[in-house]
Amino acid sequence: MKSLIDIEFWRLVSAYVFVLFVLLIFQWRGISRKMQLTVATLRMTIQLVIAGYVLAYIFDNPNAWLVVGIVLAMEVFAIYNIYKRVPYAMPKALKRVIASSMFAGSIVALLYFNFVVLNVSPWFDPRYVIPIAGMMVGNAMTGVTLGIQSLLDNMSNNRDKVEAALMLGATPKQAVKRYVDRAFDSAVLPTINNMVGMGIVFLPGMMTGQILAGLSPVTAIQYQLAIMLGILGGVAMSVILFTQLAYKTFFEDAQLKPRLKEKK
Amino acid sequence: MFEFQNIRFLNVLHVPTLTIHEGDITCIVGESGAGKSTLAKLLNKMNSPTEGTITYKGQDLKKMDAVTLRRDVVMLSQTPLIVEGTIRDNLQLGLHYAEKTEATEEEMMRVLQEMKLTQSLEDDVATLSGGEKQRIALARVALMNPSVLILDEPTSALDDHTEEDVMRQFLRNAKQAGQTIIIITHSKTLAEEVSDRIITVKAGEIVD
Repeated sequence: MKSLIDIEFWRLVSAYVFVLFVLLIFQWRGISRKMQLTVATLRMTIQLVIAGYVLAYIFDNPNAWLVVGIVLAMEVFAIYNIYKRVPYAMPKALKRVIASSMFAGSIVALLYFNFVVLNVSPWFDPRYVIPIAGMMVGNAMTGVTLGIQSLLDNMSNNRDKVEAALMLGATPKQAVKRYVDRAFDSAVLPTINNMVGMGIVFLPGMMTGQILAGLSPVTAIQYQLAIMLGILGGVAMSVILFTQLAYKTFFEDAQLKPRLKEKK
Repeated sequence: MFEFQNIRFLNVLHVPTLTIHEGDITCIVGESGAGKSTLAKLLNKMNSPTEGTITYKGQDLKKMDAVTLRRDVVMLSQTPLIVEGTIRDNLQLGLHYAEKTEATEEEMMRVLQEMKLTQSLEDDVATLSGGEKQRIALARVALMNPSVLILDEPTSALDDHTEEDVMRQFLRNAKQAGQTIIIITHSKTLAEEVSDRIITVKAGEIVD
């Protein structure tokens, strides 16, 4: 097994030169995303440098409370990010459903993965818990965001159909079943598509990282399989909880509540 | 059958007293925005009054479960509810919602004939015109056979006079079967022709 190539400083700088080259193409072709690309590159650099030093410190000084705190911070950031990305002013009840399903789904998957599949020892080993939590919480966040957007759009665009179903004697659950199913599909399909293309269309990031770091591809595959199944489980659990609870917040005594307003 | 006592709904509707009798065809007429649909939706708990009491068969609506009530007091919306699939799927939908036994092949064919629809049960509803969809929605509630049927502007989506005749036949059958019918319409002609009683709503109040 070859050892990892240590990227020299000037070679890393050359990667930025490559981005500069892309910016020049943007300028030449009149593409209007120069500022966003520049800000994103700088932001990513600062965030990753800080993350690198923080993680190095945490790995050298493992502490259970610190690891739990970081995982909780990830959850809070992910939940806040969902609230921010949804284009409707959501009532508190719906926000509570989002927070609880995000938290419950991803935490249960993380605990199962760390305790049963990987058998991490000590249980809070930051080298495993933090990156795996990041992947699970991040994917659950994307899934729930897609699910909530689909559910809210469908509830807004098909309000008269939901009302018509209620008037025929449907329960709220029956009246929205079609839209709940669509929300579930929107949330889970990207993960499923990702799994289907894996190993043929692309090599996933974690596996690529491990191979570059010198790990045998066979071992890297074991990790990748386990993490993908964990991610699927986490996303599905968060989204099932979310869709089964969220629709109830649109009704009171089997009557549709007023339409949610779009954010200004 | 329905008794209203001092009903107010927000600042939209005020009905001091109103009785709707069993077995009658009652038409609610009035201009757009007068409060016709708001009044009708109080009957099946799609709206709840902000003040006052409504009783149905002697029971206070507040104490009744909304879904159970709506399986007995079915309302057909102005825009027919048509879901993707076949005519069969759409005919069974109401019974499926109401958790009742599925209609038989014969029953479905009979209601299609009554509605002058010549399509097969397996035809896709996407191929139907607006008026045909409205007739499928009527056929669906005919299969449900509820005690009370509220029709919101039932002729608005019908394409021509033939379809209006279908509606008249539908109402005659429903009356013969002893159903109580409440029709919301802006058409005084239809109201005068079919109803036992006309309620006129103007600016949120019943005027006669």
